[in-house]
Amino acid sequence: MNRTLVVLSAVSLLAGAAFAAPAPTGDATKGRAVFERVGCYQCHGHEGQGGREGPRIAAPVPLAWPAFLAWVRTTSGDMPPYTEKVLPERDLVDIYAYMQSVQKAPDFKTIPLLNGMQTTASR
Amino acid sequence: MARKNAQSEVSRRKFLAGVAVAGAASAVPAVKGAKAAAAAETAAFAKRPSTAAAQAELGTPDVSGGPGTLSGPPGSDFMVDVLKSLNIDFVFSNPASSCRGIHESIVNYGGNKKPEFITCMHEESAVAMTHGYYKVAGKPAAALCHGTVGLQHAAMAVYNAWCDRAASIVMVGNRADAATRMPGVPTIHAVQDPGSLIRDFTKWDDNPQSLQHFAESMVRAYKVTMTPPHEPVLMVLEEKIQEEAMEKGRRPLVIPKLNMVSPPAGDPNAVREAARLLAMAENPVIVADRVGRTPAGVKRLVELAEALNAPVIDQLGRMNMPNTHHLYQIGGALIDQADVILGLELTDFWGTVNEADDSATEAQKLRIKAGTKLISIGVGDLYIRANYQDFERYQPVDIAIGADAEATLPMLTEYVKQAIPAERRAMIAARGEKAKKGQAAARERMLQQAAANAWNASPISSARLSAEIWQQIKNENWALVSRDSSISNWPHRLWTFDQHHQFIGGPGGAGIGYGLPAAVGASFAHREIDKRLCVNIQNDGDSMYAPGALWTAAHHKVPMLTIMWNNRAYHQEIMHLQRMANWRQRDVSTAYIGTTIRDPFVQYAKLAESLGHVGIGPITDPKDLAVAIKRGVDAVKAGEPVLIDVVTQPR
Repeated sequence: MNRTLVVLSAVSLLAGAAFAAPAPTGDATKGRAVFERVGCYQCHGHEGQGGREGPRIAAPVPLAWPAFLAWVRTTSGDMPPYTEKVLPERDLVDIYAYMQSVQKAPDFKTIPLLNGMQTTASR
Repeated sequence: MARKNAQSEVSRRKFLAGVAVAGAASAVPAVKGAKAAAAAETAAFAKRPSTAAAQAELGTPDVSGGPGTLSGPPGSDFMVDVLKSLNIDFVFSNPASSCRGIHESIVNYGGNKKPEFITCMHEESAVAMTHGYYKVAGKPAAALCHGTVGLQHAAMAVYNAWCDRAASIVMVGNRADAATRMPGVPTIHAVQDPGSLIRDFTKWDDNPQSLQHFAESMVRAYKVTMTPPHEPVLMVLEEKIQEEAMEKGRRPLVIPKLNMVSPPAGDPNAVREAARLLAMAENPVIVADRVGRTPAGVKRLVELAEALNAPVIDQLGRMNMPNTHHLYQIGGALIDQADVILGLELTDFWGTVNEADDSATEAQKLRIKAGTKLISIGVGDLYIRANYQDFERYQPVDIAIGADAEATLPMLTEYVKQAIPAERRAMIAARGEKAKKGQAAARERMLQQAAANAWNASPISSARLSAEIWQQIKNENWALVSRDSSISNWPHRLWTFDQHHQFIGGPGGAGIGYGLPAAVGASFAHREIDKRLCVNIQNDGDSMYAPGALWTAAHHKVPMLTIMWNNRAYHQEIMHLQRMANWRQRDVSTAYIGTTIRDPFVQYAKLAESLGHVGIGPITDPKDLAVAIKRGVDAVKAGEPVLIDVVTQPR
């Protein structure tokens, strides 16, 4: 997963420099449905929060739209590339809109349960 | 139908009854005479077709021998004496005709204590319970399986124990003598060589042909299973020896004294060279998989790590090192930077220092720098079998020490201390200080990751669930009796693991169906030792292989808090199927077919209630977790088993 993050960052930098185009307008509600239907949640979680198999991809979305599109189409690591045939761009636009709609994570210090865990304690 | 030859119809039991009655009649003529008449009458009805033999297996037991007709105590009584001599506390079993002799001896002759017969609903569960039990108790329990079909059921659990280096004494009933066994099902369930079924993944097996043979082999079996590498062993309990009277007129039966083998420590010259490499390394890294066989292993690993101020990457095969220690690491990122890597009891050294993509390219890459020295200490090199591939890919190393790591660590640590030159001590001390300083910041990053892990989402996130559980158990004498890799190791990232009994690792062979019964077996041990609060974070798919393990816990009064990690799928398989469809440029949206557990959803709380548990849930809103878990903890502390169904994110 760490290697994936590194590659994600590299793609972000390159694509961000190469493309300045804004993301096309998508439908976040449809995007969530597609996100579930095609199985993005399997590695990235239902909220795009990431997990053992895949990195965080929402809140915030780590890639600008062109980089995101390039990543999905060309990645060659643990995540296989998704072609237009398997995942049309229209669906990707909606997925991207859904990822952007996920609320930013709260600061852990505002969550009493986590704030109380800064120092580990034993019984 | 033609009448059969009378002699051929004399069953084994009729024959035995006749001999026994003749021998006993003179001693107590009135009573025994009546018994003889009854026995003769019963024997007359024992001339049955093979369908009746099936009934012996599936219905009413054959009692044609008649009561009180054995010439002495049954052989299985002596077998129980042997088990008692070995301090076997539990025999986990699904009852079966081929084991009826010893079953009866355990409950009547032995008083059903040490060993106690534990009723299991599947032989796979029975063996998995011995697996979990061993990792807490540090000694084996026994599993008792029916001949052939029972052992076939048990096979996967035996393989898990084999891969996980867990001691277990598997016993199987069998009647080898075709001339005396019942036709029909009992013969279908007989086998020439019971051990052949699982010999590839057991360390030793035997088929004793007398009680003295049994005594010697059972004591040997205990010794073998408890000698590193700890592996399961198989003992065949011949039905005739179980059921017939102990032999008379021979030498007295003797139970040999058990003498344990001291675990093998490494060759001092090799250990000294390993110490020199570690002492002179700039970035030494220790990787631990199954080091903590006992609490001493944890202490010794900490001592080595502190002598070097080297990080320890915990692969979580056992409780290896306190996760609060500043040198503790989870995840393998440091591998790439290391110049010396010490692998302790690794199952997969190749996988530790290499990467392999499960992609169309099947790319493989060495992760370590050129010149990185590799040292292995473990018992894996001491014992290997050919067929099953649990030995993993071959990884060349610079120093291979075939020895028990826990036993070798004191020597290694001492040699490391001797090998560190004075001029390097400041640098090594600074390495430790840097790790200490980084610990607080790393914990803050991790807590923020937890907050960002879909904290308020439904389905419930692994981080949220883990934090909520910890809040309710942190002041208890708790133990996690399940692995936590399926939930992204959040318990190991959030909880404080600092005692050996708090974690038992995983299944070893990754055979599904291990989790629930192993947790029950571990909870048996925890109940006996210190009435610890046992927490089982249970994968839903795993639980449905043999949910009857819940009944076993309830029936035998084993309190355990099971949190159903209910992602409603065989999640890993969804990912595989989706990946396959994508490679083939086909529809990826069909990956749920055959991989999900829905339509209908399993109602785990109701299932658990039907199996004698307090059932809570399904919980879908994270705000409801605290109350539910507190209720569960309170009930477990009151002695009840509890299951809380939590609908979760995939990982």
